[in-house]
Amino acid sequence: MANTTVPAELVSDSVYERKNLIINGAMQIAQRAASVTASSSADAIHTVDRFRTETSGGSYDVQQSTDHPNGYKYSQMVTMSGAFTPSASQYLIPFEQRIEGDSLQRLAYGTSDAKKLTLSFWIKSTKTGTYVVELSNNNSGGQRKYSQSYTISSADTWEHKTLTYAGDTSTAFEDGTASELTLFWWMTAGTTYTSGTLATAWEDNTSANRAVGVPSSVADNDSWQLTGVQLEASDEATPFEHLTFDEDYAFCKRYYQKYSGFHAMAMWTYGRSNGSMQFMLEKQMRAKPTFSYSGTLGSLQTDSHCGIYESDWVTISSLSAGSASSASNSRMVRIDSAHPSNTFASANVAVGFYAGSSFFLIFDSEI
Amino acid sequence: MNITAAKYYRSPELSGDPNSIKATIDGQELFVPIDTNNTHYKAIQAWVADGNTIEAAD
Repeated sequence: MANTTVPAELVSDSVYERKNLIINGAMQIAQRAASVTASSSADAIHTVDRFRTETSGGSYDVQQSTDHPNGYKYSQMVTMSGAFTPSASQYLIPFEQRIEGDSLQRLAYGTSDAKKLTLSFWIKSTKTGTYVVELSNNNSGGQRKYSQSYTISSADTWEHKTLTYAGDTSTAFEDGTASELTLFWWMTAGTTYTSGTLATAWEDNTSANRAVGVPSSVADNDSWQLTGVQLEASDEATPFEHLTFDEDYAFCKRYYQKYSGFHAMAMWTYGRSNGSMQFMLEKQMRAKPTFSYSGTLGSLQTDSHCGIYESDWVTISSLSAGSASSASNSRMVRIDSAHPSNTFASANVAVGFYAGSSFFLIFDSEI
Repeated sequence: MNITAAKYYRSPELSGDPNSIKATIDGQELFVPIDTNNTHYKAIQAWVADGNTIEAAD
């Protein structure tokens, strides 16, 4: 059989590269939690990594759902906990992802070669109607917006949507690790965002043009589910780029890392009331991370296997962390522990840090 | 982000300028590096611009 040569110009650039600009588009990584109940925190990632939920008033449950279209394993589901009728300046954006500038340079925005972007996703909702996905170029010289509407035709049914956005030849995505492109899935909004004409081409930010046509209210128990999200430099949608769990997990760890199950991790004491350990992150993060921990250290002395072992379990009053290195973004983090006065017999002794599966060290470098 | 407290932090063993901020954000205690690329630090900067103050380190 003779070989057929396909001219290069007929093959999308996406064939040759990791085409999906979205991280965790199949919603399979959820390091924070599988579900969060009745949250109204504005602008936070609750469950599925990299996908924010943002509102200025509504309250909702968020979960990594095992309900999905064929060929997937998970979706992210947001369910209203109470009705929400936004005032003029209020809104609900149950899904949002921010993309770093250094991932966007291949799109050649701000040049005559600016590439089209095609967004494809699976969505399911209890509520039919017209909704909007907005792309925002967060250029420091002034934001640029481009919104497209789509229709959910049937309630409680998975539907596949495809939206194509022309490239912006006038304004670049700035390079670097900051959020330069944000995708907003608008589900309801007040007139501040809906009273104009939908921005169906790249334009300077006009609030009234951002979400024209979305419902003016949502009801208690209204829900939306999203998965299979792909944003690619292409004129049309191509099949979803499925990654392994490990591949998605690795991408997510650039933004968030969570550790548990410590057993005899080396620490040393300085003074008689403080200890310290050097902790190495599994991979370098986007920027120096914020540190926190979960678990009640002060009550874990003897029976829950969280403490500093010297000659007996001792109480940890608190943990804290500063930057351990002068490097701009080191993988090494210094974690200090504080203890009741004169806990240790002396300074400069080696001790072991123990913590069970319900205790977590958390490093957050999201954008 | 709802910031309700912020205080400069340095390791008790180290001297020199603090290199992080102990902050309460959305009800959680966080140690935020002094790094303009860090999202929480950006939020603290905005909080300060609104007239709030970061407490001095111990």
